[in-house]
Amino acid sequence: MLDKELRSMIGDVKDGRMDRRSFIKRMAAVGLTAPLANQILALGGVAMAEGASTYKPTKRGGGGALKLLWWQGPTLLNPHFATGTKDQDGSRLFYEPLGCWDPDGNMKLVLATEIPSTQNGLLAADGKSVTWKLKPGVKWHDGKPFSADDVVFTWQYIKDPATAAVTIASYRDLTVEKIDDLTVKITFAKPTPFWADAFVGATGQILPKHLFADFIGSKSREAPTNLAPVGTGPYKFVEFKPGDLIRGVINPDYHMANRPYFDSIEMKGGGDAVSAARAVIQTGEYDFGWNIQVEDDVLLRLEKGGKGKTVYAVGGDTEFIALNFTDPNVEVDGERSSMKTKHPLFSDPVVRKALSLLVDRESVKKAIYGRAGRTTANFLNGPEKFVSKNTSWEFNIEKAAKMLDDAGWKPGADGIREKDGKKLKLLYQTSINGPRQKTQAIVKQACQKAGIDVELKSVVASVFFSSDVANPDTYPKFYADLEMFQIPLSQPDPSQHMRRYLSTSVATKENKWQGTNFPRWVNKEYDEAITAADMEMDPVKRAAYYIKANDLMWQDTVFIPVMHRLKVEAAANNLRPVISGWANETDNLFDWYREE
Amino acid sequence: MSQYVLRRLLIAIPSLLGISAVLFFVLALAPGDPFSELATNPNVPPEVQAALRAKFGLDDPIYLRYVHWLNAMLHGDWGFSFVSRMDVDKLILQRLPTTLYVIGSAQILALLIAIPVGVYAATKPYSLFDQIANTLAFVGFSLPTFFTGILFILIFSVTLDWLPFVYTTDIKGTGIHWVFEMIRQAIMPVAVLGLFQAASMTRFVRSAMLDVIRLDYVTTARAKGLGQAKVIVKHVMRNAMIPVVTLIALQIPAVFGGAIVTEQIFRIPGIGSLLISSILSNDTPVVMAVTFVFACLVVLFNLIADILYGWLDPRISFR
Repeated sequence: MLDKELRSMIGDVKDGRMDRRSFIKRMAAVGLTAPLANQILALGGVAMAEGASTYKPTKRGGGGALKLLWWQGPTLLNPHFATGTKDQDGSRLFYEPLGCWDPDGNMKLVLATEIPSTQNGLLAADGKSVTWKLKPGVKWHDGKPFSADDVVFTWQYIKDPATAAVTIASYRDLTVEKIDDLTVKITFAKPTPFWADAFVGATGQILPKHLFADFIGSKSREAPTNLAPVGTGPYKFVEFKPGDLIRGVINPDYHMANRPYFDSIEMKGGGDAVSAARAVIQTGEYDFGWNIQVEDDVLLRLEKGGKGKTVYAVGGDTEFIALNFTDPNVEVDGERSSMKTKHPLFSDPVVRKALSLLVDRESVKKAIYGRAGRTTANFLNGPEKFVSKNTSWEFNIEKAAKMLDDAGWKPGADGIREKDGKKLKLLYQTSINGPRQKTQAIVKQACQKAGIDVELKSVVASVFFSSDVANPDTYPKFYADLEMFQIPLSQPDPSQHMRRYLSTSVATKENKWQGTNFPRWVNKEYDEAITAADMEMDPVKRAAYYIKANDLMWQDTVFIPVMHRLKVEAAANNLRPVISGWANETDNLFDWYREE
Repeated sequence: MSQYVLRRLLIAIPSLLGISAVLFFVLALAPGDPFSELATNPNVPPEVQAALRAKFGLDDPIYLRYVHWLNAMLHGDWGFSFVSRMDVDKLILQRLPTTLYVIGSAQILALLIAIPVGVYAATKPYSLFDQIANTLAFVGFSLPTFFTGILFILIFSVTLDWLPFVYTTDIKGTGIHWVFEMIRQAIMPVAVLGLFQAASMTRFVRSAMLDVIRLDYVTTARAKGLGQAKVIVKHVMRNAMIPVVTLIALQIPAVFGGAIVTEQIFRIPGIGSLLISSILSNDTPVVMAVTFVFACLVVLFNLIADILYGWLDPRISFR
């Protein structure tokens, strides 16, 4: 959409010449989802609409017990120590942030009273500060009042490096100050277009100062409340057995009207995804099953005559194949895949392009992901306003073969293409996981037809996704030509996600492979686009930067996107869970109820 | 005898030290990282991962980590779970009752089946009863528990809808209802595991009995005119129990360890599932503590078995 046109529309909404709904409708017509149209408005000076609620019950409680099944049970209940989303999910039953993201990516207020915007004066026009108004009368589960001090303390707690909070990245570059008991002001060091990172969503859970004050920094692990949370949430803590069980009961003083619906809550952990799906969908022993990463035909079979169904949420997770831009087979100064080398085959862009033509996304979708995936050509698949419309994918073995022929890669005696004595033989690795192994097989078959020999390798997930420096099989080391996995996009903004591939973040021996740019792709234009987007307050221009960054990745074939993956959950037929692709499963728990 | 026990206990110290060292070094050399999930989380900067590794001493040399561990252990500190950030002993104690209840019941069930069936089959070798018992025993231990477990679930939970297949430690209700529910949810795992154990134990009891039943002193006892029941119980069984005691004693640590596969299938929060999840998340302190407890139990029950031998057969003396 034309920059000018959009701007005049935003002006129309601002001055009341156009209502919010028609603006969103028109944006939807050009392919923008409502939440993002909303965010555009917010940054264009129109207040962000609050996420609509579908909640129906008219009184608190009376809903009986809610039984949740997490096949990886939470192992700790301090959200800022979480080693995985499971721990954030468990903590979120009790702790709350200022706001969270609804299914459309709109902000829903939790402990704040107003969504900051330039219109209501809470968001600074220069993007350097944001003020939050806190809900009055909110009480911690132990009866102490919740106030601005708790918010400021939570920031101090997290930003102390000795605390070793895993959420530190969202908090260390800002300052939080108390204006009065119910107002806090966050000041950023530089213009920050995505100001809703701190104190929002799963990483924004606020801790009670009166219980954590003595356990900041190096004493953080001694806090008794690490295992027995006292929060402000809809349920009060009763019992926790790591990896097995969390129990809570209704909070009669909860600050939202008529909520929560359920009288008690139970989160059971352990087992595997298939049997979790069975316990919810087929036998109905549980009300809700988390993260059901199971092949679609299995789910369809379970759903036949079952007591539950699958529920989907659209986010921005992309399953991709990454290409290695360095040589994994040559060792330079004790380091394979060193920046001093170039990949012998992939240095020819034709080979990379041909590979992309050999990934049959449609078959992968049909055979594996089904309803849980959408084919895509983009690395960045959400939020919608950041998604490029300039790319398209194609599966065409003949075309790939012709491209390779033309570039001089001729089939040898064994049918494998070669050029200048280099054979098109590739090592393709991924983590052990049913759908991934099947995808590997589909890709390998197409490559074989085109004269490319692919050797498959799969590594146990706990090794593949580890930061263990001593292990050669981790994904950041990338001692292979191709590797496939996904990196979750945990908030409705791509900044953190895209910053990973800056040329300054290359994973090397020097930084103990802690760098996040594992394809080791270096592109000046990309660096410039990402750096500019980080500071750009104009939402339209900012989106354009990310689209450009995505397109650069596409042109260079850094990643071959395979599938835009949706979140898959299992729920009882009468349960009305609220699941967002931009939030954790328990983030909108206060709005869950059961249809009688 | 007390001298014998004391000597055996003293000998156990260096072996336990050796076991702990081997366990520790193998675990330290094994691949993996307790903070692996953080690696793909874009929220977590690499510095935090590095800080966490440093904080938990993961970057120290292995021998130093072992010395720290041993020192703490001697002071009664079982260590601290990286993943749960909780004391390991608490974690184990939380799960021990469930393991003892479910796996212990399975062992008792196994014994209740194996001893009478094995003994009776041995008294009438190659009879119809013996052949049926043998066939069932072969079928029983040829079918792995992960197969029978899923089969049971499909039959009793999915098709018939009689029993729950998710084991929960948090059963609502009190009194008789609670007891009933506790029993109901344990039926499938106990049956799966108990029948599997019973199958192999039956074979063992039977062959131990047959070995003894053919000995001259049994013939003598019969020739003296003693009744069949008395001969079997007083003369044969007592001697045949010596190898059986060894088998049972060595299985006791497994009771504490739980049955890893069965616990996974039925989501039983026992020590076995704790061990497997800790291994998967590379939570070294937990793995170390659990496996070390097993080692201690093996040593202890070996000793108990040795003492029991003396009671069963006074000719085996303590020296």
